Amino acid sequence: MTLFRNVVFIAAIAGLVAGVVLACMQAFATVPLILKAEVYEQAGGGHTHDHAAAPAAAPDSNAMSSAAPMVAEAAAAEEEGWAPADGFERFAFNVVANVVTGIGFALILVAASEFAGGIGNWRQGVFWGLAGFAVFTLAPNLGLPPELPAMPAADLAQRQIWWTATVVATAAGLGLLAFRKSLPLAVIAVALIVAPHIVGAPQPDSFESPIPEGLHHQFVVAVTLTNLVFWLVLGAVVGLVRGRLTGTAPGLRDSFA
Amino acid sequence: MNTASVSLGASVSSQSRFVQLALAAFLGIFVMGFVGFSHIDAVHNAAHDYRHSMAFPCH
Repeated sequence: MTLFRNVVFIAAIAGLVAGVVLACMQAFATVPLILKAEVYEQAGGGHTHDHAAAPAAAPDSNAMSSAAPMVAEAAAAEEEGWAPADGFERFAFNVVANVVTGIGFALILVAASEFAGGIGNWRQGVFWGLAGFAVFTLAPNLGLPPELPAMPAADLAQRQIWWTATVVATAAGLGLLAFRKSLPLAVIAVALIVAPHIVGAPQPDSFESPIPEGLHHQFVVAVTLTNLVFWLVLGAVVGLVRGRLTGTAPGLRDSFA
Repeated sequence: MNTASVSLGASVSSQSRFVQLALAAFLGIFVMGFVGFSHIDAVHNAAHDYRHSMAFPCH
């Protein structure tokens, strides 16, 4: 299992670095906007989400809809379940979530790139990072733009299915375009990338939202840019660590001999 | 890492290579899915800001 061990090792380092970088960017760029939106959410009673489109999922979605700790303070705590306290605890959990999923994304990135021969250096890593950004951020966000608390949204499960399908189709499409040199396959690749958007993402019944348009636009820009930097850092660090690992392998062997 | 090759774990057979890489990818998908997609309230609340900031379907 040396290969598995090496992949996990590289992914752990890259995910840790990129996750911490992303958490710091979020602390300045996205979380303040989420906190602002929660003020609107609270002002609207905390249950302003339009879940009429999904009566079956309504109890579940409602329980999660007002999960914001600020709302929890408004005596809704018993129906919310546990949530981190505002301030440091909330920030700390955000860092943990970033690092853990950073490692998850890195595992996927390293495994996928190893099938294609591996990321040789930090520059190749940057381009693999761009691909990851396109697959995990750009493509799903076209149909399901980043949303702030209290914004209307369709049924959660259906959006998760569309999100997953879009990621898989876009990844397959990009892979075909990059690694198969045949025109028919390139056509299929483009079709795969476009198809989820023709099917269309699940949309809410009404787009009426207590969140100002300007605030949401700011949030979309912040999410897209922070994710771009995250993916570039992730790819570059994978390239650096992998280069170090493979580059020094003969040297290490000599020194241990 | 006791080979001088430029690929990671080049000494393993191609079948074992596939299995190990697939295992790593599934581990990554599982981790990402648990933090970003789990419907468990406590998990959702803990990663709430993260889910919004990554544009994962949330709420």
